[in-house]
Amino acid sequence: MNTLTQENQVSMDGSLQDDHNHDDGHHAPPSGIMRWLLTTNHKDIGTLYLWFSFIMFLTGGLMAMVIRAELFQPGLQLVDPNFFNQMTTVHGLVMVFGAVMPAFTGLANWMIPMMIGAPDMALPRMNNWSFWILPFAFIILLSSLFMEGGGPNFGWTFYAPLSTEYSPDSTALFVFSIHIMGISSIMGAINVIVTVINMRAPGMTWMKLPLFAWTWLITAFLLIAVMPVLAGAVTMVLTDKYFGTSFFEAAGGGDPVMFQHIFWFFGHPEVYIMILPSFGIMSAIIPTFSRKKLFGYSSMVYATASIAILSFLVWAHHMFTTGMPVFAELFFMYCTMLISVPTGVKIFNWVATMWKGSLTFETPMLFAISFLVLFTIGGFSGLMLAITPADFQYHDTYFVVAHFHYVLVTGAIFTIMAAVYYWIPKWTGHMYNERLGKLHFWCSVISVNILFFPMHFLGLAGMPRRIPDYAIQFADVNQIVSIGGFAFGLSQLIFLVVVIKCIRGGEKAPAKPWEGAEGLEWEIPSPAPYHSFTTPPVIK
Amino acid sequence: MKQLWCGALALLMTPAILATEMPLNMTEGVTDISSRVYHLHMTILYICCAIGLVVFGIMFYSMIYHRKSKGAVAANFHESTKVEILWTIIPFVILIGMAIPATTTLIAMEDTNDAALTIKVTGSQWKWHYSYFDQGVEFYSLLSTPRDQIEGDAPKGEYYLLEVDRPLVVPIGRKVRFLVTSDDVIHSWWVPAFAIKKDANPGFINETWTHIDKPGIYRGQCAELCGKDHGFMPIVVEALPEAEFEAWLASQQQQASLDVLEAEASLAVTLEIEELMLQGEQVYLTYCAACHQPNGMGLPGAFPAMKDSPIVTGDISAHLEMVINGKPGTAMQAFNKQLTPQEIAAVVTYERNAWGNDTGDIIQAIDVNQHGQ
Ligand code: HEC
Ligand code: HEM
Ligand SMILES: [Cu+2]
Ligand SMILES: [Cu+2]
Repeated sequence: MNTLTQENQVSMDGSLQDDHNHDDGHHAPPSGIMRWLLTTNHKDIGTLYLWFSFIMFLTGGLMAMVIRAELFQPGLQLVDPNFFNQMTTVHGLVMVFGAVMPAFTGLANWMIPMMIGAPDMALPRMNNWSFWILPFAFIILLSSLFMEGGGPNFGWTFYAPLSTEYSPDSTALFVFSIHIMGISSIMGAINVIVTVINMRAPGMTWMKLPLFAWTWLITAFLLIAVMPVLAGAVTMVLTDKYFGTSFFEAAGGGDPVMFQHIFWFFGHPEVYIMILPSFGIMSAIIPTFSRKKLFGYSSMVYATASIAILSFLVWAHHMFTTGMPVFAELFFMYCTMLISVPTGVKIFNWVATMWKGSLTFETPMLFAISFLVLFTIGGFSGLMLAITPADFQYHDTYFVVAHFHYVLVTGAIFTIMAAVYYWIPKWTGHMYNERLGKLHFWCSVISVNILFFPMHFLGLAGMPRRIPDYAIQFADVNQIVSIGGFAFGLSQLIFLVVVIKCIRGGEKAPAKPWEGAEGLEWEIPSPAPYHSFTTPPVIK
Repeated sequence: MKQLWCGALALLMTPAILATEMPLNMTEGVTDISSRVYHLHMTILYICCAIGLVVFGIMFYSMIYHRKSKGAVAANFHESTKVEILWTIIPFVILIGMAIPATTTLIAMEDTNDAALTIKVTGSQWKWHYSYFDQGVEFYSLLSTPRDQIEGDAPKGEYYLLEVDRPLVVPIGRKVRFLVTSDDVIHSWWVPAFAIKKDANPGFINETWTHIDKPGIYRGQCAELCGKDHGFMPIVVEALPEAEFEAWLASQQQQASLDVLEAEASLAVTLEIEELMLQGEQVYLTYCAACHQPNGMGLPGAFPAMKDSPIVTGDISAHLEMVINGKPGTAMQAFNKQLTPQEIAAVVTYERNAWGNDTGDIIQAIDVNQHGQ
């Protein structure tokens, strides 16, 4: 990747700026709200996705605050148990489908065309659709909370028959909103695949493709493979509840455990959907701030691919307590343990990239390093959960809650924040405020550990997840966890301030604000012009 | 500077965690299996810590010594097939080391043969039912923590939320097999001290077993989200020495036959409305209030109100039918198994006359018995 050259003079001399003006003259974007409603520009759509994701992050965060406030003390204080269940369910759904996934799609929209030297995404009109149906999905989901009987209260995993015979009347809305989210994800994924396969600049061979594009490409295939499975699951829930089928009802010849197989056949690849793009981001940031080439580029690609393939063979590790035959338990245990090998390779490669580099610690790098440590901790607890006999003790306790927040919050969310700090100079043309960025980092990383680390202890001591009230012995630790939760929630407001300040102004960013950065995106001016790479660069 | 502040804050939290009375680790439990699981857990934990120490150690070394501010100049290497093969193979070998003890433990855990006693465990919203095979003993086990402790109107007891009206009683020193199932949604029967967690799936039966070494009282909770009161269906197991267990079982069998006689006798008794209302309120608060609420108002959209309900204020036999046989496919379960005719008579009378329903109807045990004949 260090042999990139620009044939078409896209760099500081502004020739691309000319292009941009020229284009504008013919079809200038409409102004005001219509610009955003009708836009087919990958940068606009990327921005929309990212803001939407941030709003959802705050919404889901608010629900987490309700959960942690109720759990601050033993006893029922603030909310009744039914509403508590709605909060955990909708918190999970909003964070997974509203915060993490759209953030990655937003980053893909902004960065993939600029990274591979393409003028836009391959299917710009579909791109508009895939974003604009999302807000409606979440309006439907969130408004169901205000219906009589309440919103979804059966956990984000919506196990039948709790989600069928025993669910609130609003379940149809839940099903409908999941369908819309799924359609949106699939359209986003198709767009990434077509773009990466067809629109790479001449000379950008597969093994020169930036890892963010690689990991997203593989993620997109995972999405296309499993979102239809999720759609099938919710549809069966819908017909079981409203149309008298019995897919999941033993009395009618169905099987409630089959629901879990279907759900987790989607669900496990889904967790990799939420982490593979992170790996791509890490593989961009760590080399930049180490001023050294990424160690083991090709093994990174192979490791990503093998993780993706293995992710289809491990779904039932979420179901060890459902009473599977021993040989099935063994099979899923071994496969799950196997996944830690390629994951380990990635971690080692990143550490080797830092080794003998020339390191500096700007905010993106700080988030990347904390990812490296904290995601690995999440990986360790994941390995522990893979050990079936031990999983019988950990399953459905706060140990699991700790595990998946380490991989989702300090994994996915931290790299998304790292990515924003890393690329925001390119988006806005301004440097963010480094002091505030560091403040945001330190507040986040300390509070997130006060929030999630003690959850391991709670789980080991025997506190089940998804409960609104608990035994006296868990009181002290829950209090600490809640304090960490409020602190983490507040810290994210600093992030909002940094981003807004950076959009409004700040030190002018050069085309390549990071000394060690590599890649096509740094060869166009900052802020990136509305249309970039209208003629493809040639890569030697 | 702010790093120092934040670090200090984090350190402040550490003593708070260490000061708690809660165990900070998995406990060893009281069975051979649970102790094997505990040691497996510790082994893997130590292995993870060791790997973490090495990887993070190298990373932090690099962060300290290879920083630009110290004049570090980046080296130029970016691959090494040898190293990469090495760090693929080493983890693989470590994993095999973990998989072997995990496999043997798992196989031992799943061997339910040769049990001396079999108990059927049935979950339903939100209580457990225990039935001793071939012994003629069965009963429900419900949370016994009073409402006012939960709502904060009374100080919380030592076993807050981990106490039941009738614990499951098992013998020590014998292999006890559990058949786990459910009447409605999925629950999960979890007793950490035995390292047993088994899902209760409606319409299917799961098997598990234990062999307890130490007499004592062991507590657990439902571990699968099962609706509103998932957090309020604890499990309490009392493990007794063999002889005491036999004595307990015999007394239960005797009690069971007495209960049958008593129920028959109650059919001949006619109670005054005051008495029925008093008993009915008790039954209602224990068995019905979780869903229909103590004030009879239900939860709109989930559980219907009893106050002014067309069934409660309408035809008596429809009301009886609802309580005795429940309504299949809904959370309204059949109560004929859980309540005696006397109790059903009382609760139905109570519902028909409380909260301003004032139908004036009085139902006797004999009416309940005759319903459906
Ligand atoms: C686990 C929750 C739950 C418990 C416990 C419960 N019920 Fe119900 N009950 C329901 C539900 C749900 C319905 C509505 C069923 C339907 O869909 O028609 C219902 C309906 C009823 C009705 C009919 C009301 C109407 O207007 O349709 C009566 C009467 C009733 N229950 C009495 C009782 C009594 C008496 C008890 C205690 C012995 C009790 N219930 C315990 C959930 C419960
Ligand atoms: C803002 C900080 C956050 C806090 C304080 C927080 C807190 C919690 C808590 C306490 C639970 C457990 C609820 C229970 O079991 O009773 C929970 C569940 C969950 N959280 Fe978070 N969380 C946060 C951020 C996130 C993020 C960023 C994600 C995803 C990317 C996420 C995903 C989930 C999921 C999937 C569940 C499971 C929901 C379920 O049980 O159905 N959380 N969260
Ligand atoms: Cu999984
Ligand atoms: Cu439960």
